[in-house]
Amino acid sequence: MDKSIEIRWHGRGGQGAKTAALLLADVAFNTGMYVQGFPEYGPERMGAPITAYNRIGDKPIRVHSNIYNPDYVVVVDETLLHSVDVTKGLSKDGAIVINTTQDKKEIIPLLKGYEGRVYTIDAHKVSMETLGKYFPNSPMLAAIVKVADIMDKDVFLSEMEASYKHKFAKKPEVIEGNMNALKMAFEEVK
Amino acid sequence: MSIRERMSGNEAVSYAIKQINPDVMAAFPITPSTEIPQMVSTFIANGEMDTEFIPVESEHSSMSAALGASAAGARALTATSSCGLAYMWEILYVAASDRLPIVLALVNRALTGPININCDHSDSMGARDSGWIQIYAENNQEAYDNFIQSFRIAEHPDVSLPFMACQDGFITSHAVENIELLETEVVKNFVGEYNPENYLLNSQMPMAVGPYANSPFYMETKYNQRMAMKNAKKVILDVAKEFEAISGRSYGFFEEYKTSDADVAIVIIGSAAGTSKEAVDKLRENGIKAGVLKIRVFRPFPGKEIAEALKNVKYAAILDRAESFSAYGGPLGSEIKSALYDAKSNCTAINYFYGIGGRDYTVEAAEGVFEELIDIMNGNKEIEQFKYIGLRQ
Amino acid sequence: MAQASDLSKINEKSPYYDITPGNQIYGGGGAREFHTGEWRVKTPVIDWNKCTQCLLCTPVCPDSCIAVKDGKRQDFDLDHCKGCGICEKACSFGAITMKEGI
Repeated sequence: MDKSIEIRWHGRGGQGAKTAALLLADVAFNTGMYVQGFPEYGPERMGAPITAYNRIGDKPIRVHSNIYNPDYVVVVDETLLHSVDVTKGLSKDGAIVINTTQDKKEIIPLLKGYEGRVYTIDAHKVSMETLGKYFPNSPMLAAIVKVADIMDKDVFLSEMEASYKHKFAKKPEVIEGNMNALKMAFEEVK
Repeated sequence: MSIRERMSGNEAVSYAIKQINPDVMAAFPITPSTEIPQMVSTFIANGEMDTEFIPVESEHSSMSAALGASAAGARALTATSSCGLAYMWEILYVAASDRLPIVLALVNRALTGPININCDHSDSMGARDSGWIQIYAENNQEAYDNFIQSFRIAEHPDVSLPFMACQDGFITSHAVENIELLETEVVKNFVGEYNPENYLLNSQMPMAVGPYANSPFYMETKYNQRMAMKNAKKVILDVAKEFEAISGRSYGFFEEYKTSDADVAIVIIGSAAGTSKEAVDKLRENGIKAGVLKIRVFRPFPGKEIAEALKNVKYAAILDRAESFSAYGGPLGSEIKSALYDAKSNCTAINYFYGIGGRDYTVEAAEGVFEELIDIMNGNKEIEQFKYIGLRQ
Repeated sequence: MAQASDLSKINEKSPYYDITPGNQIYGGGGAREFHTGEWRVKTPVIDWNKCTQCLLCTPVCPDSCIAVKDGKRQDFDLDHCKGCGICEKACSFGAITMKEGI
């Protein structure tokens, strides 16, 4: 990657959009990049719409403002499409990735005429099939890594495996499921 | 060998505390500084450090406990934000007049009224006259580096003053960014042991701390505090030089970013400095000579040095992240203008307010300030003092 | 370690540089040098004939001016007695009287 990119995450409190942004910062950091991962803080509680951000690049990052013209947007919860202007300021050279069970054709009309690329993934299906529980984090992380071409798939997977081995040192049985979620998400995001 | 890591500002300060392993930490949680005592107490529970942690019922008590510990001879610290600092107010002054080198990790947050959890500098700026050294960080790296230097400066016999190590709430405290950490042995060697000459637990030489000092003594006491604060200037630079030798990162009273040939400059404290530098680079691409003077040390106030750094700048925008409700200037604006006046400077200073209560300050906002300065310089605009940047109108 | 403070040299004429950082005072018992007895208007006088050495007066003195030696109270330490009269009230035998002009 030779350019810095800016990503905005939309989720609901408790769904892990902030954690996903921090995980993305982690994995990009591990491959030698400069990263920033931060949530926008307010009085949000479980279920309230929340926003988190990433800046990723090959140079030190000095800007400390929120992101208004992201290159990419990740929507962790499709119900937000009705209440939040998720494509606001989004670069038309970039893309949006939406977690949804619906077909892309049904989603596009909700994007207020966004002209850039639109990707969807059923993170619920991926998560249930690989983990048996609904954790949209891992699938959405893999989806944005692929869509934004942040790093090579194999590098990403090996970094994530190392990170899971560290994170889940006391419950190694969940590592395989999470790895499968990442791999499946890479295929499923379209 | 430095260690490449990624951490939030709160993690970075907590990690520095772990490496220093001070004697006593007393704290009461308040957003956005809560993570610091939380992480430190976790380190202690895991046996990674052996600081005595005192959970207290209020910030008045955390500062009091830190004060007692420091007087007893311990290296003591606390952490807080916003109303927590306000609740310490009484004891802040006592710590300073008792000349106790307590370190406070301050995570800047707006003071309540209306209640708000986001960043501004109203908490620490309100405490600017309490006799504490105040050093501000732009990012997680500086928060870490400043903290490691803090005890060395505070405990120096020529200084012996409490130290507020400030960083911007949420903007740096909760943002994960790259950071270069020092090895723990290097930090320990740099910070050293705290061996005060006199302390309450010394049975060989009992002592009295904080005796009553009415009018025949009070002014002399204050003058001594003033002298100590003045001495801190040299110590801050000396410690920075030593820190550079172990880290490769250099620090002074402020950072001069492209100011030497600048016609227009923004003078600013904290995380917004980086955002302003980005605007400088954009403007320089278009041939505009812009610069940023980032104030790191606010107490002691390096007035002469700031005036010197701005001597070739024609128009400087001084950005305050705190109101003072003088219906005139903010704390930084007023003090810098006074320094420019004393230096008979030709630099015209224009005081703005920004980022109050966490209002976002963007590259575009910084560019807007520079454009206004250019318009004023070219005679296309009248000077307007005390504007609120980003105010809806 | 600092020397015990010479309190005779820290007074209302001392320049700022002779005053310790934080006004700290080194060495114990510094209050002994401070003769609060000069503030006294009324002075306690003991009638040894009435005193039963019950020692009720000793602990109530706020300035520790009634020393006890070998189980018996001594005369008042008038260098430090401020003349508050608490000892007079505490004495059950009328042995202590506060007197003016002594």
